[in-house]
Amino acid sequence: MSEKIPIGEKVLMKGNEAIGEAAVQAGCRAFFGYPITPQNELTAYMSKRMLEEGRVFIQSESEIAAINMCFGAATVGERSMTSSSSPGISLKQEGISYMASAELPVFYVNVNRGGPGLGNISPAQSDYFQATRGGGHGDYRVIAFGPSDVQELYDFTMLGFDLADKYRNPAMILADGILGQMMEPLVLKPYEPIPDLPSKQPWRLGDPSTPDALLITSLILNPGGMEERNFMLQKKYETIIENETRYEEVMTDDADVVIVAYGTASRIARSVMETAREEGIKVGLFRPITIWPYPYDPLNKLADRVKNMLVVEMSLGQMWEDVRLAVEGKARVHLHARTAGGVPVQTEIIRDLKKVLASKDGEIVRNF
Amino acid sequence: MGTTQMKQVFGMPEAMKAEGRFYCPGCGHGIVHRLVSELVDEFGVRERTVGIAPVGCSVFADLYWNFDVVSAAHGRAPAVATGITRANPNVVCVSYQGDGDLAAIGTAETIHAANRGESFVTVFVNNAIYGMTGGQMAPTTLIGQKSTTCQLGRDPAIMGYPIRVCELLQTLGGVAFLARGVVDSPKNVLTVKKYLKKAFQYAIDKKGYTLVEIVSPCPTNWGMTPPEAMDWLQNNMLDYFKPGVYRDIGEEATVEVEPGN
Ligand SMILES: Cc1ncc(C[n+]2csc(CCOP(=O)(O)OP(=O)(O)O)c2C)c(N)n1
Ligand code: SF4
Repeated sequence: MSEKIPIGEKVLMKGNEAIGEAAVQAGCRAFFGYPITPQNELTAYMSKRMLEEGRVFIQSESEIAAINMCFGAATVGERSMTSSSSPGISLKQEGISYMASAELPVFYVNVNRGGPGLGNISPAQSDYFQATRGGGHGDYRVIAFGPSDVQELYDFTMLGFDLADKYRNPAMILADGILGQMMEPLVLKPYEPIPDLPSKQPWRLGDPSTPDALLITSLILNPGGMEERNFMLQKKYETIIENETRYEEVMTDDADVVIVAYGTASRIARSVMETAREEGIKVGLFRPITIWPYPYDPLNKLADRVKNMLVVEMSLGQMWEDVRLAVEGKARVHLHARTAGGVPVQTEIIRDLKKVLASKDGEIVRNF
Repeated sequence: MGTTQMKQVFGMPEAMKAEGRFYCPGCGHGIVHRLVSELVDEFGVRERTVGIAPVGCSVFADLYWNFDVVSAAHGRAPAVATGITRANPNVVCVSYQGDGDLAAIGTAETIHAANRGESFVTVFVNNAIYGMTGGQMAPTTLIGQKSTTCQLGRDPAIMGYPIRVCELLQTLGGVAFLARGVVDSPKNVLTVKKYLKKAFQYAIDKKGYTLVEIVSPCPTNWGMTPPEAMDWLQNNMLDYFKPGVYRDIGEEATVEVEPGN
């Protein structure tokens, strides 16, 4: 079957399936998942592709079981993956926290839907806090990508596996139903691991080449031991911040106002920018690509020149908080937010951009 | 001066660490840990064995076992064991769990691992109480038995009935071996070892899910001396948790893991 996958070529694919194929190409050994809309295409795709490749696919009894199966696979040094949507990702937080603490790699995908609670199956970005603040209990972080097209879903899946292995830390993609379900052309790039991926041989369990008894645990009871591990993890997070922060700036040089948006919201922002510029409004776009680590410093620098920013997000001010943190009061940060299936509309954003440009010192424009 | 030939007749298994001294006097966990270590040696699989320490008193199993150990989240050991053995089928995996871990918070993981016929050894220590957290009611606490969260005794009208795990799992298609033993005498300890040996053999041969339940004392949280605890176990637990083999598909057979089986 793999011959039928035209690696290296441009194809048309659904976002969810592009993630799946990237995982297969990146050597994902086991996929564990539980059905939930709007990520079902991914589980279905993996159920077929993994078995074709002679690898492991299990439809688990719950999301809790799925992430703990990933935990198991990670302890023996194999690449594994799980995916879900918001309520299921909440259940996975137990396992993710354990893996962050035990320094086990895993790659997972949240195809975000409307919340809180059972919410709805419409697109949203309302799991931003969960994705960027760790998500479960304890002091930890996960590497989180906020891709904005199908190509990026593919590319960052491969990179996600690599970075998870490199830093021995969970890595994830925060997508939404629009990205997951839309068809778009992409190039099925062959998998090329990042340089210097460390070997797992020294720490993986059940490997006869390391006969000494090894222990993987997130339990440290000796006085000071757990705090010490936390400080060690923080050091690692600082390295990740230094090396892995990714963002894109578009036409910010002459901008009077910059839209800050990621994922689906940034696609809309991009077309807003083009239309608004035709109307003579000088708009730029700042797009975080990693939402953790967040590009605080570049945004802070941008705020030296640009005094008005409009955050466009599909959550009610979650990323707005990060932008305000980033600019440290040097710019006014306005908000255009929709959620739970409410998708930002171009004309309404342009209306708010005009309000921003007409606003007085100290005034904050918000759409709700 | 003549020399006397000394022959060692009893010693520490290679798969056991000397420093394991954690459990209370009269606790069953230490005996069961040792049986696991002896079998790891006997099967010659120490270097490819992964033990799972659960959440419960036996979270400290790594202090006893001289092979690789991972500590799982509470109740999730069967899912972790599934991930381990599916991702690397060469690994011999022992999922060691208490009654709270296996039959309360981890019930779903247990039933579904059993139903899928996952090939790892489940060692299930049933001491009818939550040991580590200080003696709360367990899913296996007997009717009338007192604990810190059923101080007047377990009342089934409010708290339900003690769960018999072997009987519960008996109907599932993926199960290859189920047995219940008790660590109350040298003879019965040897029977437990015999059960565990079969479970190891089936797990190594990928024959399906195996579980050995071990009725075991927790003198500390039963509020008894070790001899009293053993008496109480024999006079109360064994009537309800009857020792014996509950399923054995036989050496030749392999479980058919099919829905509806
Ligand atoms: C999610 C979660 N809930 C609760 C606990 C607290 N806890 C620790 S051990 C334990 C019970 C263990 O009892 P059992 O499984 O019977 O094992 P024993 O200690 O008796 O060997 C509980 C509830 C926990 N660690 N994690
Ligand atoms: S509390 Fe009970 S189960 Fe825990 S070590 Fe002591 S006797 Fe054993």
